Amino acid sequence: MRSDRPPFILTAGAIGGLLFLHLPILLIFLYAFTTEEKSYQFPPPGLTTEWFGVAWNRADIWPPLWLSVKVATIASCLALILGTLCAAAMARARFFGRDTISLLVILPIALPGIITGMSLRSAFAVADIPFSMWTIMLGHATFCIVIVYNNAVARFRRLGSSMLEASADLGANAFQTFRFVILPNLGTALLAGGMLAFALSFDEVIVTTFTAGTGNAAKTLPIWMLDELVRPRQRPVTNVVAIVVFMATFLPILAAYYLTSGAEETAGGGK
Amino acid sequence: MIPAVEFRSVSRHFGAVKAVDKVDLTIEEGSFFAMLGPSGSGKTTCLRLISGFESPTAGEIRIFGEASGAVPPNRRNVNTVFQDYALFPHMNVRDNVAYGLMVKGVGRSARHAKAEEMLALVHLDGFGERKPAQLSGGQRQRVALARALVNEPKVLLLDEPLGALDLKLREAMQDELKSLQQRLGITFVFVTHDQGEALSMADRVAVFADGRVAQVGTPAEIYEQPANRFVADFVGCSNVLPPDQTQRFGGPARWASLRPEAIRLDPGQGGTVRGRVTGLRYLGAATRVVLDCGGHELAAQIPAGAAVPAVGEEVGLGWQVQSLHLMEKE
Repeated sequence: MRSDRPPFILTAGAIGGLLFLHLPILLIFLYAFTTEEKSYQFPPPGLTTEWFGVAWNRADIWPPLWLSVKVATIASCLALILGTLCAAAMARARFFGRDTISLLVILPIALPGIITGMSLRSAFAVADIPFSMWTIMLGHATFCIVIVYNNAVARFRRLGSSMLEASADLGANAFQTFRFVILPNLGTALLAGGMLAFALSFDEVIVTTFTAGTGNAAKTLPIWMLDELVRPRQRPVTNVVAIVVFMATFLPILAAYYLTSGAEETAGGGK
Repeated sequence: MIPAVEFRSVSRHFGAVKAVDKVDLTIEEGSFFAMLGPSGSGKTTCLRLISGFESPTAGEIRIFGEASGAVPPNRRNVNTVFQDYALFPHMNVRDNVAYGLMVKGVGRSARHAKAEEMLALVHLDGFGERKPAQLSGGQRQRVALARALVNEPKVLLLDEPLGALDLKLREAMQDELKSLQQRLGITFVFVTHDQGEALSMADRVAVFADGRVAQVGTPAEIYEQPANRFVADFVGCSNVLPPDQTQRFGGPARWASLRPEAIRLDPGQGGTVRGRVTGLRYLGAATRVVLDCGGHELAAQIPAGAAVPAVGEEVGLGWQVQSLHLMEKE
């Protein structure tokens, strides 16, 4: 007879795996409250909340934060527009090379970030484009588009063509069909895709290092954190920032998950 | 009188595939017209040619005398009940029904009143607030019907609207569609692969085969005088007799059809044509008997109450010569 209870070793393995995945994150939170600022010492010699105040007053944190927010916002918006248009075309049209194009659209997310970064860097150099916030943003948009595309294309598929035909049949023009039928059905998929794209862009490091150039003006928040870890000075401040990054990426992903749950379709799709 | 819809040598080819090939059809105003055929016979493409979702590659379609060539679907005074209903899942039933009025710019209260009126017409009063997902298949079908009728189309197209319903519901909806059509006086064009449905509901039936119209006529004409063996076989489940068999049954050397219910079975030794019973199918009101008549398979139908021969039994066949219907062509 088969038992409903899994064997002990599987249960233990599953719990162990989950702990290994998530305990280190708790450590990051813990170190944000430590009184020891030179090194990460466990257990912390004491607990304090003073680092939140220190972080707030550190002038060098704010520019990278704003840069990251700007890059993530613009890259997501760009991805929303291009990804949706691309998904609409793919869902409706049947043409030679359609599958190839579909693969090419998804490729940036499968490609290692370091390849994307290198290729973009050399492309910017060839085209003589100076590194700026816009080059970072373009780099991020390459993989943000995929996220939006994947979400939108799944929803388009579910929408089917007969609903759009029904709308036209009842007298709606193309704009009315988009406004009253496509957009309401695509809404949550786009919102989810946009938030996931924002989260991905906000903590991106590899592509950013290749497309950001040098100097403080091109430093996003994750890059700033990386730099900060090398210098042992007010280390818990980095952890405070890490909590901010965690919130800025985790909350949108969580929201996206709830927006698309109940509808069986991809939300993340890789990366 | 100007016909509601007229096909003038209409073709719709997809590359080498002739989905619709040189079709001529006239659909009279106020009639209940069925397009009957197996899948892939071109009947649905014909419907989409009327609604404007397909354009003819040759020929012309006239709707109330006007050439419909360049008129897009949203500007045609025809509406469609889609096979999968295609209700808008994010709108409640009332907004679904009122959609056609909303996109025309009719005010909220006016269009809601009209929508409620339409819902009453299909016996869905009080369902306005519900979402399509909360309805049964039959109810969704009615919503699709109300939605298509709200614009008061001159022609209503129905693409296998009863296909997804169970038998009991389908029969109820058949009666309801028929009475609705008679009350409204709108031309209904109805696509189906179910011959019983076509014969019982339509005033006229066009039988499609391979992109062409095999026969157009009243249900009785189609059933009793099939033009060729395809129609005889598809519509009546008739026995199709090749010329040599027709001669055996006392007719000339022509293709002919003989309906199963026209054959009597005689358990005695008599009869010029004899057959061996190879199968029985109980249909409730009748029993269908499959016979092997010297290598040619025939079906006979005997009404309930009459004696049913056993499988393997030899029986004599009886028939009236006038029930042998000679066909124009093969």
